[in-house]
Amino acid sequence: MSNASKVVVVTSGKGGVGKTTTSANISTGIALQGKKTVAIDFDVGLRNLDLVMGCERRVVYDFVNVIRNEAKLQQALIRDKRVENLYVLPASQTRDKDALDPEGVGRVIEELKQMGFEYIICDSPAGIEKGAQMAMYFADEAIVVTNPEVSSVRDSDRVLGLLAAKTSRAELGGPAIRTHLLLTRYSPMMVKRGEMLSVGDVLELLGIPLLGVIPESKAVLQSSNKGAPAILDETTDVAQAYLDVVFRYLGQERQHRFIEDEKRSFFGRLFG
Amino acid sequence: MAFFDYFRKAPKTAALAKDRLSIIVARERTGSRSGGASYLPQLQQELLAVIARYETIDIGNVTVNLDKSGGTEVLELNIVLPDAPPPPAPRTTHPALA
Repeated sequence: MSNASKVVVVTSGKGGVGKTTTSANISTGIALQGKKTVAIDFDVGLRNLDLVMGCERRVVYDFVNVIRNEAKLQQALIRDKRVENLYVLPASQTRDKDALDPEGVGRVIEELKQMGFEYIICDSPAGIEKGAQMAMYFADEAIVVTNPEVSSVRDSDRVLGLLAAKTSRAELGGPAIRTHLLLTRYSPMMVKRGEMLSVGDVLELLGIPLLGVIPESKAVLQSSNKGAPAILDETTDVAQAYLDVVFRYLGQERQHRFIEDEKRSFFGRLFG
Repeated sequence: MAFFDYFRKAPKTAALAKDRLSIIVARERTGSRSGGASYLPQLQQELLAVIARYETIDIGNVTVNLDKSGGTEVLELNIVLPDAPPPPAPRTTHPALA
């Protein structure tokens, strides 16, 4: 069982690009497909995954408690109330990122594998310091979340460098971490006007395969207001985009959407 | 003012962003992702030390770059030498001997 589990880090370097949103939606989406999934919040000191996933009031013990042997893993894991097979391991709000160490993190991940978790999603904090490096250290795969914006692309490139050098696989000489690009907050209309980097531009600059494009949408804020990942309401474009990403990630062919500007009428453009 | 925007020529800031990123990303990659080029800062220091023994140079006028194009790597060392050698110090005679 344990060798069937995959450790996936959701990372970006830059903050505010959608790591936590992506972690919440992808872990929810994978669990909806019947896979036993856990999302771990590595943002010790600034935990937010619990809030975005709507389980903030059920946090008793956290990741750091487990690492310090102050609580059992089963006590800290929060079972999602909406989706079967979905669990959250919240970060500590009162400690700092130094509370994480490779031995402790490795032990917890190994225990999760033994418990039969098929997907272990690690929500990385922003930056390239210790917290981010701990989140990526045991990863088999990485989802690099990027906005079509200069600082985000540059930071993603730095993170790709770290993934290739400062991870367990890199240090032990294992196969390289599989990296996927997830382009978020994309506006096809701005791209068409030449005001935003296109998905092609970003792919060319970063040189990693595209997992998906998430359009800029009000639905993201509304879902975090509610504490219910957007993917649960299939009527929104964001939910559709994340569902595509999940299916694609699990090996199904899905054509990329939300890349082209939808047709707008002449009057729409005049008065839009 | 969508009405006027429709007739205005769109500014292509995205192309500018891409150009700027291509340069910065290529520069930052040398030494991290390409591997092997991590000695570059030290190489620059040592080269400078050698050259400084023979020439008065300004550190701001020295650039070391590692560029990759296709399968070849080009190490580029660019040193701007001073325009003219400093004039020899005028030999003055001690007033007491004059």
